[in-house]
Amino acid sequence: MLELLTKPWPWYVSGPLIGLMVPILLILGNKSFGISSSLRHFCAACIPTKVKFFDYNWKAEAWNLIFVLGVVAGGFIAGILLKNPEPVQISENTIKDLQGYGITDFSNLYPVEIFNFQNLLSVNGFLFMIIGGFLVGFGTRYANGCTSGHSIMGLSNLQFSSLVATICFFAGGLIMSWFIIPLLF
Amino acid sequence: MKNLKYFFVGLIFGFILIKAEVISWFRIQEMFHFQSFHMYGIIGSAIAIGALSIFLIKKFNIKDSSGNPITIAPKELNKGTVIGGLCFGFGWALTGACPGPLYALVGSGHLIILIVLLSAIAGTFTYGLLKDKLPH
Repeated sequence: MLELLTKPWPWYVSGPLIGLMVPILLILGNKSFGISSSLRHFCAACIPTKVKFFDYNWKAEAWNLIFVLGVVAGGFIAGILLKNPEPVQISENTIKDLQGYGITDFSNLYPVEIFNFQNLLSVNGFLFMIIGGFLVGFGTRYANGCTSGHSIMGLSNLQFSSLVATICFFAGGLIMSWFIIPLLF
Repeated sequence: MKNLKYFFVGLIFGFILIKAEVISWFRIQEMFHFQSFHMYGIIGSAIAIGALSIFLIKKFNIKDSSGNPITIAPKELNKGTVIGGLCFGFGWALTGACPGPLYALVGSGHLIILIVLLSAIAGTFTYGLLKDKLPH
């Protein structure tokens, strides 16, 4: 039983469970599944500003902030208390490609050579961590949703806008990983 | 207190994200290089279950736990869907994480990812500042 909780789950277990978030939130309280809005609510709640975009009753959306707080807690339980001791089993081809970039440490969830505090001030660290994070927050709000709100919730609700958004998420990711990331090493 | 239940739903979601390994930068690179079915299987089966659930909710007019009819706000299509979508795609490949995994990684004690999350908050804030000047 404990092994079931520490080992990674195959896609056909974890995917459907993620999909179940959609009806659970709808039935619990008529809430639409989505994560990136929490970044906006956080700005509205914590940053003193007169910007119109953050001038709304964020308390009515407090559930979303509590929800992501739960995600943090879930990360703690699954990632620390029930940590999988093995490195992520990615394909040999990916390992070979990434070794070509000079990445050698595959033991963590991300390449520690790039994602570390000392590297923050280097060009490549700044691009991966700061610019990358900035684009996640900027792009999801500009597109009005992320992988959760558009690709899962929006597509489940057959929204054309979510199909366009998901195609653009992938197009952006493909351009970055095929043409730009190789230049950063 | 009525919001406490969402903490537990979030907790389960965060737990699944870690066990699904979608929080791994390596998995995201593998996905964008079409070198494994893993991520496609997860996203695809999540959509299938989500879509089936919404279909059933609409077909049987299922109410929420307070007895209210379930309503889902439509998502508007505009230029931001494309431009913002591409921007997020760039960030997704760079950081190897979308917003959900960022929270889960921070919870797993990866403090460096807190920097990425704070950058994401700065990105959302910048969008709010520039919103009226950006094409929509």
